[in-house]
Amino acid sequence: MKFALSSPQGRPLVRAMTLAGPAYMWLLLAVFLPLSVMLFYSFMSDVPTSGGNWSLTFQNYLTFLDEPLYRKLMVRSLGLSAQVTLICTVLGFPCAYMLAKVIRGRSREALFLLIILPFWSNGLVRIFSWNMVLRSGGVVDWVLNHLWPWPVDTDLMFSYPAIVIGLVHSYLPYAVLTAYLSLQAIDDSLIEAARSMGAGRLTILRRLILPLAMPGMLAGAVLTFVPVVGAFMEPRLLGGRKGTFIGTVIEDQFVAVFNWPLGAALSFTLLALVLAILFIGMRLSRRKDK
Amino acid sequence: MALIDKVVKRALTCVMATAVLASFAAHAEDVHVLNWKGYGTDEPWALKEFEARTGYHVVNDFFNSEQEMLTKLRTNPGAYDVVMVNSAFNQQAREQNLLQPVDVNGMPNVADLDPKMRHSHLLEIGGQSYGIPWVWGVTSFAVNDTKIHPVPDTIQALWDPAYKGHVGMRDDAIEAVQFAALATDQNINDIKNLDAVKSKLKALTSQLKTFWSSENDWNQYVASGVFYVSTYWSGSAARARNKFNLPVTFVIPKEGAIGWLDSLSIPKGAHNVNGAKAFINYMIDPGFYTQWDSRVGAPVSANTKAVAALPAAAFNRAVLANPAVQSRIQFQEPITDDKRRAYLQLWQEIKAQAD
Repeated sequence: MKFALSSPQGRPLVRAMTLAGPAYMWLLLAVFLPLSVMLFYSFMSDVPTSGGNWSLTFQNYLTFLDEPLYRKLMVRSLGLSAQVTLICTVLGFPCAYMLAKVIRGRSREALFLLIILPFWSNGLVRIFSWNMVLRSGGVVDWVLNHLWPWPVDTDLMFSYPAIVIGLVHSYLPYAVLTAYLSLQAIDDSLIEAARSMGAGRLTILRRLILPLAMPGMLAGAVLTFVPVVGAFMEPRLLGGRKGTFIGTVIEDQFVAVFNWPLGAALSFTLLALVLAILFIGMRLSRRKDK
Repeated sequence: MALIDKVVKRALTCVMATAVLASFAAHAEDVHVLNWKGYGTDEPWALKEFEARTGYHVVNDFFNSEQEMLTKLRTNPGAYDVVMVNSAFNQQAREQNLLQPVDVNGMPNVADLDPKMRHSHLLEIGGQSYGIPWVWGVTSFAVNDTKIHPVPDTIQALWDPAYKGHVGMRDDAIEAVQFAALATDQNINDIKNLDAVKSKLKALTSQLKTFWSSENDWNQYVASGVFYVSTYWSGSAARARNKFNLPVTFVIPKEGAIGWLDSLSIPKGAHNVNGAKAFINYMIDPGFYTQWDSRVGAPVSANTKAVAALPAAAFNRAVLANPAVQSRIQFQEPITDDKRRAYLQLWQEIKAQAD
């Protein structure tokens, strides 16, 4: 056995490094280094490139604690993200179930294509196309006015619902695809066995399918929740004057006032909060299993 | 023979590659210009005319914010020959050692510049010019003529409850604060009562439909009837009327308006100073300016002869060049980083309260 596993040179570590090395180098260069630079920035009093003097300080993190504005926006962003994640999961599960267990063959491929399609279009284009649909006199308005005998003006554009719609559209594929993967892994014979022993549809769903699909759904929820907390494009373009969230405020620090240290500190506070929430969530879900 | 042939070929390719690289690095006849996109210096007809006249080929690069412009100058010394700097940012650029004084010898059009702007304390330090005033304009508001009649003469029109839900403004902290300063009878460069500004802005955000962020945005919102009245820039309002046939009137209210002055400077370490001077001189030339204004729509030239060469009815000549109007305009002074951050925070607080 030992012969079979070791390389001709007889050094498995070297072989492992040559295989995994590029990936780790890439992670180091593309993820770890920029992040550490940003972490360093968050402790600086000023951006060094602006020519002024700078020193190390905790002030940027204290600003977050001192200013009720940032706390308020953080809570608002977390609320938005929870809402979007819930909607994505609820909408995504039946869709994934149909794909995995009900539909077969050609039509499944076509449906898959429809789900992946948003990934192929530019995010900005997706948001702008919602503008056409949601605005007063847009597609939604037009359809409703043709179906409804009295004039209606939905005008969803530039509102909180518009932000939620745009974000759900962007992140639904994650929820569907991750739930699909774990649903597909469920052996059909398990379901048949449950049925043969007299379990009703709801019981099968509750006791068998949902628990087995849970890891995939959780992964999808995490993939949605984390980026939505910091989202800034959708709130800015679809939310109008109601589109101020922690993501847009961080963007402003970087783009509008060149206050990278505060922007970085806010980003890392957000990261810490999100990690804490995920950690607690994982703990709770594990305890439930026992 | 074959070997020699190979060597010669290799050598030739090397020489050519070096030549290509060198031409990328510094082509003596190129003038590298850094400016906003679509803002005069990149008009193809103008570049053709300039090249035919002087032999210099213009290469444009663009920035999306003043901070990006400063960063590009800092990180690429020698890459640009001409840079467009808003006069309120000239001091900052100068203090960071990014600009060199412009020797105006051989720039005949400089003599025709409005002396107030030519010798502005923002651009001329110790008798040396760190920026040649190029164009100036006004940030105020414009109304949709089909929705609002007669055209109001007061800035309070933005706060008029009759237009609630049809008011637009730009999502820019400094512009917002300065508008509110005008509406509360304050000096935009020396705001004493920030609380009054805050409550005035709070009232304004509940009037808003949304923020606009580009000319294209603005034109669409007006055309689709979303905006009845919205903050805007004078040059852009001229373009909206001339180029896009929108029924808009730009208003300089009795409370005053925010003025800005854009200047052209030569960065420190520029490779082609002579080309830069020729290009700046061309940019303030009456011939270029009248074409720019009639073909595209431009802000007001700092060259008095260029403004005088416009048709008598042109907005830039008839309204903005009028001394009575000019006396109401408050020109923007440099803003310290602390003030900038304070304004942004105030603005974010107000936006976060929008229900």
